[in-house]
Amino acid sequence: MEYLVTIGLEVHAQILTRSKMFCGCSADYANAPPNTHVCPVCMGLPGALPVPNRRAIELAALTGLALNCRISHENVISRKNYFYADLPSGYQRSQYDDPLCVDGWVEIEGDNGPKRIRLTRVHIEEDTGKLIHTNDGGSLVDFNRAGVPLMEIVSKPDISSPEEARRYFQKLRQILVWIGVNSGDMESGALRCDANVSVRPAGQQEYGAKVEIKNINSFRFLERALAYEIERQIRALKAGEPIVQSTRGWDEASGTTVAQRTKEFAEDYRYFPEPDIPPLRLTDAWIAERRAELPELPDARRRRFIEEYGLTAYDASVLTDERAVSDFYEQAVAAARVRGVTPKDVANWMTGELFRLLKETGEPLESAAHRLRPEYIGEVQDLLNQGVITRTSAKEAFEASFREGRSPARIVAERGMAVIGAGDALTDLVRQAIANNPKAVEEYRRGKVTAIKYLIGQVMKATRGQANPQAVQQALEQELARE
Amino acid sequence: MSLTLEEVEHVARLARLRLSPAELEKMRDQLSRILDHFQMLQQIDVSATPPTAQVTDLINVMREDEVRPSLPREQALANAPEHQDGMFRVRAIFEDA
Ligand SMILES: [Zn+2]
Repeated sequence: MEYLVTIGLEVHAQILTRSKMFCGCSADYANAPPNTHVCPVCMGLPGALPVPNRRAIELAALTGLALNCRISHENVISRKNYFYADLPSGYQRSQYDDPLCVDGWVEIEGDNGPKRIRLTRVHIEEDTGKLIHTNDGGSLVDFNRAGVPLMEIVSKPDISSPEEARRYFQKLRQILVWIGVNSGDMESGALRCDANVSVRPAGQQEYGAKVEIKNINSFRFLERALAYEIERQIRALKAGEPIVQSTRGWDEASGTTVAQRTKEFAEDYRYFPEPDIPPLRLTDAWIAERRAELPELPDARRRRFIEEYGLTAYDASVLTDERAVSDFYEQAVAAARVRGVTPKDVANWMTGELFRLLKETGEPLESAAHRLRPEYIGEVQDLLNQGVITRTSAKEAFEASFREGRSPARIVAERGMAVIGAGDALTDLVRQAIANNPKAVEEYRRGKVTAIKYLIGQVMKATRGQANPQAVQQALEQELARE
Repeated sequence: MSLTLEEVEHVARLARLRLSPAELEKMRDQLSRILDHFQMLQQIDVSATPPTAQVTDLINVMREDEVRPSLPREQALANAPEHQDGMFRVRAIFEDA
């Protein structure tokens, strides 16, 4: 029997702001000592008045636009009521009836070609505190993360396999980081997801019972947890056991999903409008401002790189994976074109030497770019095109530029890497080679044309490889013809 | 409209209230009467009235994304019955339901 898999993802993404969602505490909690970024608002003390962070709302709307959503004009913040020790006020400020962004889509490479994963909504909310369980039967609470701006991005159940789920999550991360609304740091929890998965026999109309896997913070865990859960459900169905709607967690150590205590159902959250926060009314003009802030997105840029620069699909994809790399490439191309260096050559330097060196030093391009400036790529290729340096020297100069931050031209000059291509220096060396090797000269004169190869080798040796062999041959032929 | 005892128990559980059988009965009676009152209100035709979550007439009250000083930690922890290593200490989370 064949089984159909239905997956939907709820992605939680912290919004990259300086301060928290409803108070002025710093949102940069990662390295702060516990409970040092807290105030009456984010600790839920009586009488504290929350005020929404304008930038957080703007960035959430920007996200909605990047994900092809419609932005709501009328926005109400609601209280979602439940008791948990990481939630100081007993409710989470969130959105219920009127999310900020509705009905979007994300295009991914699906199992059977390009596929659109539809989105239900993107809404704004606040993150909760962090709990540490002690081994003497207590829990410790740090509220630094409580109140950090958060978006929840909810997909429709359009995902059909663990691989598609991973690709969708990766695509979301790429877009969020690209437009600067999220750090993409999954290890610290700045980006995480819950996955809903159900299985049903092919031919059955209604969906199977939904199992939710909570709090997944890695692409690999997502794929593994879903694969495990799908198999578990299929095995149960085959054995005639019912699937119970439930919440489970991924346990990496055992490689299994584990049932969790079920919390309240949605109707138990008793949502109601937050009386302390007046509605947010967003005008068309405001939405147009957000749209103007939206940069060219990775997919569009990838297609443009293929059309405009003639890159292969692979190179275009690699060079649009990250915004910083992509921007660097475009700056390098602009500078290179002035020297007549092609975008293809620039791409080769980046995907070859530059990526190799970045991998070696383990740093992001943003930091290496303080040394290796974009214009250096065109410069080094130009020196190569002009025959000033050999390919080996070009790589050496490029690497030196990368490590030392000086221009390839300067490095070539300082290290005397320029090819001895013509002129007096080469003529002198050629004459020396002729004078020192009478036997080879004799053979050449008697018609053994290949004897010149030996003479070329002698000149190359004398220049330690810094000569252009063709130029050497030409100079030798000239000199030999002269006598 | 009369609530069932199970409904009252459920709502009490959500509010983390432990009620005695007598209290449950009393709450059922009082909550049912409140619901009756709202049922009466629901008969009013409000089709011409826009949904209203607030009566302040304020909209778009927002602040700039600027970091302000937080509380000193000693002050943040001052009211906590128990704290440890700069954190609030509470009973284990998973023990009750
Ligand atoms: Zn605060």
